[in-house]
Amino acid sequence: MSENKIPVLEVIDLGIDFGGLTAVNDFNLKVYNNEIVGLIGPNGAGKTTVFNMLTKVYQPSRGTIKFCGQDTARMSVVEMNKAGIARTFQNIRLFSNMSVIDNVKIGMNNQITYNNVEAVLRLPKYREQEAKVTEEAMELLRIFGLDKDADLIAGNLPYGAQRRLEIARAMATKPKLLLLDEPAAGMNPQETADLMDMIRFVRDHFHIAILLIEHDMKLVMGICERISVLNYGMLLAEGTPAEIQANPQVIKAYLGE
Amino acid sequence: MKTNKNFFAKLFTREYRSRLISFLIIILGYIVIELLMATGNLSSMFQSLLVPVTCYIVAALGLNLNVGVSGELNLGQAGFMCIGAFAGVCISGALAGVISNGIIRLIIAIIIGALLASLFGILIGIPVLKLQGDYLAIVTLAFGEIIKSLINNVYVGFDSNGFQFSFVENKLKLAPGGKALISGPMGATGTQRIATFTVGVILILAALTIIYNLIYSRSGRAIQACRDNRIAAESVGIHVANTKMLAFVVSAALAGAAGALYGLNYTTLIPSKFGFNLSILILVYVVLGGLGNMTGTIISTIVLVLLPELLRGLQDYRMIIYSVILILTMILSNNEKVKTFAAGLRKKLTRNRTKEAAADE
Ligand SMILES: Nc1ncnc2c1ncn2[C@@H]1O[C@H](COP(=O)(O)OP(=O)(O)O)[C@@H](O)[C@H]1O
Ligand SMILES: [Mg+2]
Repeated sequence: MSENKIPVLEVIDLGIDFGGLTAVNDFNLKVYNNEIVGLIGPNGAGKTTVFNMLTKVYQPSRGTIKFCGQDTARMSVVEMNKAGIARTFQNIRLFSNMSVIDNVKIGMNNQITYNNVEAVLRLPKYREQEAKVTEEAMELLRIFGLDKDADLIAGNLPYGAQRRLEIARAMATKPKLLLLDEPAAGMNPQETADLMDMIRFVRDHFHIAILLIEHDMKLVMGICERISVLNYGMLLAEGTPAEIQANPQVIKAYLGE
Repeated sequence: MKTNKNFFAKLFTREYRSRLISFLIIILGYIVIELLMATGNLSSMFQSLLVPVTCYIVAALGLNLNVGVSGELNLGQAGFMCIGAFAGVCISGALAGVISNGIIRLIIAIIIGALLASLFGILIGIPVLKLQGDYLAIVTLAFGEIIKSLINNVYVGFDSNGFQFSFVENKLKLAPGGKALISGPMGATGTQRIATFTVGVILILAALTIIYNLIYSRSGRAIQACRDNRIAAESVGIHVANTKMLAFVVSAALAGAAGALYGLNYTTLIPSKFGFNLSILILVYVVLGGLGNMTGTIISTIVLVLLPELLRGLQDYRMIIYSVILILTMILSNNEKVKTFAAGLRKKLTRNRTKEAAADE
């Protein structure tokens, strides 16, 4: 990546403490547009905590998060999404009593401009925008292989489909950066292979950056251009998949002494 | 024939089915009651219940948006009705000399009642809806009691100088020709009864239209999303407090409108009518009808208002039987076996319908 380009995401010396426990410290990361970057590390290393800081679910104790060159220190969860960061959750968080298509439509809420009076009176603006939103939502569902399930209740979907729906919902917010927290967790090898194709397709089709946490090494090594390794809340290594696989420290952290 | 088929297909989507059923119940109910009245077959006791039932339905539909769809417990719906009722009585009393048409005054009173109740809703919602947890339940409970006590102690009159307020009875000095509208614990007296069943039914239809059209819109989806998963809703850019506020304020406005209609149905109205018991009663209508189920709310309100009257012949036992029926309904509607049976029945019915549709081809 050329160094004179502004990264989509730039994280500088990020850290957070929970009471006396320092969960993440001195974490640095740059993600450029059109990149797929992996964030790996043993359980409890602080990967999800990094995502929670990037989306302001947790307020960082130290450090800077720059998004598209802008400092985000004062921004809330909602503002981070409006700026262009969307995410999925390690423990799936769908709107489980709503239909599959409504889950995606929720992601488009901020692109809709009709007001409540126009909605209650069903004015033309409401009809036009709802038709457009339905069409766009179906398009996203098609990409993630969920178009046949559009009218099902999200909570009744099989596990793998729920994970894909979460990605579809995140993509509906038209992000510049997509954060995926263990997207392949609980999927069988075939589903994981399909997911890899989908992630690549999303990057190529929407021209966005993707940062993903994953334990499935085949997936991580297969689709990430760069990988950062987190261990005990600290950055252990960063590099290409080949460099990471050959790094003795990473091997030691994963295999133990 | 293609467009025709599409039209019917649309009627049976989830959205239109529930809408259709609730509208049909109200309109058919209205026609039957009007026929019974025209032929003199409706006892005066039932006639006296007609307007109150429409008021309860409107307040309960609003509460269902707040409790069922938005998932926030509200224990002060009677407080919002109280505001609407006494605001409505005052406005109608003040306009009596200017507008002689009762229906127009009634509509103005309903609108003012709704606006004033939603104003109080906004004032309560701003601090409370930022918090997570059951704070709304606590604050609305207190609000209902405060409003009731406040009106219990206020004296309002209207004369050539406009509205006059006082907290002491004999300090209310009215110019000649003025009249007292609210007299403390005695409430509103000498109100002209301008509420009608027809306006009540129209108000229900308006409430249903507002609620359904809101639910199937951007804001309605946001309201349900905040109920289902607050963190996920924020992560897709939804402002949770504002979203919950909308459901709460619409609920308060509908209670205010219902209150105005209620207040203008009686010559005298005391504030203690709008106590905690009424708030709980409306909540029971909502819970028994099913959270988020508007048709259920309509049916349970009608049944639960009529039940004590139908059981009147049983004299002393009627409240016992009423409570037993309530408890049984609650147990049965939460029983897994009953639920699976109902789901199976529904499946069978829809399968029959699709079979019929297939046979039509
Ligand atoms: N809200 C919290 N309060 C206290 N400790 C937390 C909190 N969130 C995370 N932690 C701690 O931070 C560490 C990193 O957790 P996490 O980021 O979930 O790890 P992982 O890399 O497996 O995603 C763990 O020790 C966890 O207990
Ligand atoms: Mg994690």
